Amino acid sequence: MSNATAPSEREQQVLDRIERARRRRAKVKEERITLAHGAGGKATQTLIEAVFLDAFRNPLLEPLEDAASFTVDGSRLALTTDSFVVSPLFFPGGDIGDLAVNGTVNDLAVAGAVPKYLTAGFILEEGFPVTDLIRIVESMRAAAQTAGVAIVTGDTKVVQRGKADGCYINTAGVGVREYPGPLGAATVRPGDAVLVSGPVGEHGVTVMLARGELDIEADLESDTAAVHGLVADLLAATPGVRAMRDATRGGVATILNEVAKAAEVAVVVDEDAVPVAAEVRGASELLGIDPLYVACEGRIVAFVDGAAAGNALAAMHRHPLGRQAAIIGTVRADPPGLVLLNTAFGGTRICDLLVGDPLPRIC
Amino acid sequence: MRFVDEFRDADKARALSAKITSLCEPGRQYKFMEVCGGHTHTIYKHGLEDYLPENITLVHGPGCPVCVIPMGRIDDAIHIARQPGVLMTSFGDMMRVPGSGGNFFDSNAEGTNIRMVYSPLDSLKIARQNPDMHVVFMAIGFETTAPSTAMTMLRAAKDGIDNFSVFCNHITIIPAIKAILDSPDLRLDGFIGPGHVSTVIGCRPYEFIARDYGKPIVVSGFEPLDILQSIYMLMVQLKEGRSDVENQYSRVVPWHGNPTALRAIAETMELRPYFEWRGLGFISHSALRVRETFERFDAELRYEIPGVRVADPKACQCGEVLKGVLKPWECKVFGTACTPETPIGTCMVSPEGACAAYYNFGRFTRTRVREASLSTVDDLAASARRVPS
Repeated sequence: MSNATAPSEREQQVLDRIERARRRRAKVKEERITLAHGAGGKATQTLIEAVFLDAFRNPLLEPLEDAASFTVDGSRLALTTDSFVVSPLFFPGGDIGDLAVNGTVNDLAVAGAVPKYLTAGFILEEGFPVTDLIRIVESMRAAAQTAGVAIVTGDTKVVQRGKADGCYINTAGVGVREYPGPLGAATVRPGDAVLVSGPVGEHGVTVMLARGELDIEADLESDTAAVHGLVADLLAATPGVRAMRDATRGGVATILNEVAKAAEVAVVVDEDAVPVAAEVRGASELLGIDPLYVACEGRIVAFVDGAAAGNALAAMHRHPLGRQAAIIGTVRADPPGLVLLNTAFGGTRICDLLVGDPLPRIC
Repeated sequence: MRFVDEFRDADKARALSAKITSLCEPGRQYKFMEVCGGHTHTIYKHGLEDYLPENITLVHGPGCPVCVIPMGRIDDAIHIARQPGVLMTSFGDMMRVPGSGGNFFDSNAEGTNIRMVYSPLDSLKIARQNPDMHVVFMAIGFETTAPSTAMTMLRAAKDGIDNFSVFCNHITIIPAIKAILDSPDLRLDGFIGPGHVSTVIGCRPYEFIARDYGKPIVVSGFEPLDILQSIYMLMVQLKEGRSDVENQYSRVVPWHGNPTALRAIAETMELRPYFEWRGLGFISHSALRVRETFERFDAELRYEIPGVRVADPKACQCGEVLKGVLKPWECKVFGTACTPETPIGTCMVSPEGACAAYYNFGRFTRTRVREASLSTVDDLAASARRVPS
């Protein structure tokens, strides 16, 4: 056995060296921005930490939550912003307009805030059809009405043909934090349960298929929705909620990694427990991607005190957006900073951040 | 999901695992090479090694087309992409493979137009939609993908599309396996044979492995139970003292392969005298080029490529990893200088590459104490705490 244990110790040393390398200060090595920097994975994280956080560093920004939480003259507020560049602009289940409203509403909601006011900035390309713009704005109006928010100020810029892809939208939002307790990734601790509010990956796969490059058809719609009602029900049902995230770019796996790192805990997920629509699973198998890394636009990941997990799940199930909610995993102390996946096959593996977009495999 | 879940059944896996363990002779170490990168990916993605007894080691072979492409060919591709009016297409995995001056994403950031496609036929579609551009498909892959490149050239010829060509980097699996078998520093007990390649070439080309080298080979499917069953079949052969070519993937792989696909390859492509493989060096008759009769679709003739041979970075030990001499983590730069974010070697790029698969999926669980009872996460966490000082 001696020759079997020796390499394993050597291997452990190598792994320790890797962990040290992973904890080093982030540095952007590329000379130019590539698409990977916008994909939500490691490259995005490095860019944020090395460039933006480094320049703007302050206590409100540092937790890198979906929204900043602060108090102004006794009012507890949350502020967030998000830009939308989805292509195509219109897809089954939604369009860039309701995405732009719901995205910002959701970032506020998961900070425990009741969304109040939104801004809307448009960057339009010369030649963009006005009928399309009206259609987008109409769906923004409808989404804002559903979410109970008002779009109270805005901006419009037009750029030359070819300098943008039709229409980009930025929204910012402010909300009031009525929930008294502390929320945030840093409060997550061992023993917590991990919940997801519904099937994952539907938005991302819908948009990929809507691009029409894959010649795959599926009966799928984007999951875009405002989740503030679901969040309010969850917070009202139990005091055990520690953190919530909106599983957008990078999907559920990226959120889990961010939280594992921020809270210095391990997150262990049961692959079998993650709700995934058959269409999403099928398309993902064909494309060689993992639904855990695919974007959702109306799903939250919640970290809840283990003792309150049953209540939290029941509260989600009672809400129309949470009918298929599930407890997908637990938080452990070791090994800190890592996400582990118990595969449906019965093995265990790491579920790390991706570098950039999930790339399809050759064969 | 039908046709998937059946092949990932944990109960069946446990049963197979017990049968495999019962075939192990005490004190004997078994080393099997999975030739194909798709198998490497499956093994790590599903945590398959958790089902194997300690004395069975899986060695990851050279069958990841992205991993064996030499840096010089990436530079050549970027050179072509920089020519005026060129729109290049390639498969997704290729986008992050480093050349000497960066990868395709970096090249795009500097102004080239290299797009990801799922099929070479998509490139032809892009060529039709962009008559002012010349569309070059960077073709890569073993006999698995060569037929689709061949069919695309045949289609382009039939439809008279003249703004399309192929930068051909197709390689063939048999010479690579032979190079591994002839390598003096590796001792293997058998092969898990490539599945998708075999749908095209069939099982007969592997007969020399069993006959001349006395090694068993089982052509295997890509689901985790397929691979476990193939390992079981290899163990049975060893137990019975046989070395045969067996086909576990018979639901897809015909013994004689796919004659139509082979004909399409033969019509449009021919063997190169030699080709450079990353880490393995020059291997004769191991790659394909476009045939003279289809030379109007040959990007290598259309654009003068520099064809400069770029030596691998000194620290990179991809060659040893590809031959299975080193485990990924035994490479000097593994996980520190060479990571999926900043790959030095190609094995760290594709999810099928041994290093990337190990880094992304296997890094943690491989370090645990291997005992049959150790399967729960608590045990894993406990073993992870044993950090040597």
